[in-house]
Amino acid sequence: MSMMAEYGQLALIMALMLAVLQWLVPMMGLRLKQEWLMAYARPLAVGQALFLLLSILALAWCFVQDDFSVSYVAHNSNTALPVAYKISAIWGAHEGSLLLWMVLFSLWSMAVALFSRSLPIDMIARVLVILGLVATGFLLFLLETSNPFSRTLPSVPAEGADLNPLLQDFGLIVHPPMLYMGYVGLSVAFAFALAALLGGRLDAAWARWSRPWTTAAWVCLTLGIALGSWWAYYELGWGGWWFWDPVENASLMPWLVATALLHSLAVTEKRGLFKSWTVLLAIFAFSLSLLGTFLVRSGVLTSVHAFASDPERGVFILVLLGLCVGGSLLVYAFKAPTVRSVGRYEWVSRESFLLVNNLLLIVAALAVLLGTLYPLIIDFAGLGKISVGPSWFNSMFVPIMVVLALMLGPGVMAYWKADTFKRLGGQTVLVAALVVLVAVAVPFVMDGQFNWQVALGMAVALWIVGATLADLWQKSRKQFGRVLKLNRSYQGMVLAHLGVAISIIGVVMVSHYSVEKTVRMAQGDEAVLGDYRFVLNKLGHIEGPNYISDAAEISIYQGENRVAVLNPEKRRYNASGSIMTEADIAKSLWRDLYVSMGEPLPNNAWGIRLQVKAFMRWVWLGAIFMAVGGFLAILDKRYRAKVARSKEATL
Amino acid sequence: MHPKRKKRLLLILFLVAMVGTAVGLLMYSLSQNINLFMSPSQIANGEVRVGDTVRAGGLVEPGSVERGQEDLKVRFVITDGAAEVTVEYDGILPDLFREGQGIVALGQLREDGVFVASQVLAKHDENYMPPEVQDALDKAHKKGKADLESARY
Repeated sequence: MSMMAEYGQLALIMALMLAVLQWLVPMMGLRLKQEWLMAYARPLAVGQALFLLLSILALAWCFVQDDFSVSYVAHNSNTALPVAYKISAIWGAHEGSLLLWMVLFSLWSMAVALFSRSLPIDMIARVLVILGLVATGFLLFLLETSNPFSRTLPSVPAEGADLNPLLQDFGLIVHPPMLYMGYVGLSVAFAFALAALLGGRLDAAWARWSRPWTTAAWVCLTLGIALGSWWAYYELGWGGWWFWDPVENASLMPWLVATALLHSLAVTEKRGLFKSWTVLLAIFAFSLSLLGTFLVRSGVLTSVHAFASDPERGVFILVLLGLCVGGSLLVYAFKAPTVRSVGRYEWVSRESFLLVNNLLLIVAALAVLLGTLYPLIIDFAGLGKISVGPSWFNSMFVPIMVVLALMLGPGVMAYWKADTFKRLGGQTVLVAALVVLVAVAVPFVMDGQFNWQVALGMAVALWIVGATLADLWQKSRKQFGRVLKLNRSYQGMVLAHLGVAISIIGVVMVSHYSVEKTVRMAQGDEAVLGDYRFVLNKLGHIEGPNYISDAAEISIYQGENRVAVLNPEKRRYNASGSIMTEADIAKSLWRDLYVSMGEPLPNNAWGIRLQVKAFMRWVWLGAIFMAVGGFLAILDKRYRAKVARSKEATL
Repeated sequence: MHPKRKKRLLLILFLVAMVGTAVGLLMYSLSQNINLFMSPSQIANGEVRVGDTVRAGGLVEPGSVERGQEDLKVRFVITDGAAEVTVEYDGILPDLFREGQGIVALGQLREDGVFVASQVLAKHDENYMPPEVQDALDKAHKKGKADLESARY
């Protein structure tokens, strides 16, 4: 039996000690005004990250070596599990995903320590003190209540219980790390905001430091959510891509607030306004990502009883959340009144549009929060067991998004400080007329009938596209060659806003022009759905590495053309005996053909679900546009120019 | 009052009123849009009106599942140990639907006392018991015990 688990735990303890030093030493430095003490923050943050990396590598080793004496490995792995899934099983359950969370957190801290040479030493010290405090809390939580290295001695199981088959999938290898990168990345924005507040440095320079970090976290969060939606779509076997499930909501809330924060930071950087509001948003964004990660992981969202069944974990989480949120709000309450925002702006101005953007995004996040927590509160108060259905979330969320999209158009075009409706109207009237025409035409083109919801959805999406492109044309002075010469952050914004439009189009189309049907099919049977004819060629068996499955071969014809042959499966995993539906999908930009096997029926037939999903890919394509846009914005010259200049200054 | 302060106060009052209204509307629409969970005992007691959408949950009674020969219709009985309700469903049951397993069905009660489900949920875990179902079983169990006790005297 190898000692690797003990080394892993030792590395965790070392990381905890370094985390304590990471806040203790620079804090003394700040108190005593000793720069050499503050300077310790950087190497300590790097050291903490290295030890956490060692620790997760040790856990990976235990998984790969099938060390079932480690109970986390025994519960979530199996000798027959393919190696890639043994690695991703690290974040398949509570303890390991918390370790991953911590590792990524420390990597962000390390990145801040390494890539912020231009920051004044006291600022970087404060930022790392705050990150160190948060890290200490969560490392304690990890070691105390959720240690992934605990052994099951002396009776070591001969075989592991296997990873939940739902998680044996490529989507689950990439989705959690990306999402967590986003969650914990928001800690940087949070630490920057608090550090600036404490140090009395809430200025344009702070906003400029903070922006690329916030954008980076937002990019990860955007991709993480999109990956989760994509995974649910093909893996859960019934073609849904968003369920308003508490777990999804938990990731959407910080995204909404982070999006508000991005926009508010823009105002703070360019105009020195909204400072305390920006700080508050940074606090909320990180608090919501903490709430998200831990409420999901503690099981509170599925049931308050899950919380009660493991009170130690639950109480620890609550205390940590309380300290993080309460502590930062307390700092805010004391320090915010000293913050002065200088500068004025008129009612019609870019500032106002961005303010409205912020308010709408916050209201949307609030609605999601209420809908998510309401059943918990009711249950906790003993008033019964309820659930809030998707229709409620849709009826709240969609109108807010419509208004937000409508404001986006003039918002992009408006001048800072002061503008007039007359000028904005003049700029957009042509675009608006064109948009309305096309939007009304779209439902007729799709199925020959008018549908006001589709028309409205298309109108807001095209409005974003039209206004964005009109502004791009204006800013490049009507010369195509200049488009690529505009600064990166503007180009990024254009891409991200186009991404929003693309996602909206996808959502509208897939919600209105998808058709589905569940049919009973035996060999040779046919079913017609929309323009497509589905033929069941044959039924058979497949043996995989750790599962056996019933499989079907279904040909799909459009007219006389065969457009696809799909092989959906119904798997039975050997170790756990779990049954899994593996859908098969013929993908294209305009429609997905989705086939999944339901259950075996008498007389050698199967219940089969057939779906044609219009424009499905657009939903995620939009997210990719947003992410690429964010990435471009990070590359903007002015974030690096600052570094170069300050380097000269120190010479 | 200083005009600047007055302006600020008005702004704050405005914001508070806005947020208050928003939260109020949200809460109201929430109360209109929730799906209550009902146990078989509660349904048998007549606590569910015909036509209301609720979630009903319990254990699938072993041997009660009947399938149509030519279509996807299925009928089964759910129980919490104290009462039983027949459920009808037309569609594909989830992967973990089994006799003896806890399930939750979303749907409406028909006049003849049959629960017509539009959705049937069973979680993706062999050992998982939907918490509402567990709760209903515990309650029915306790009630059964209490009835037994009181019958003795």
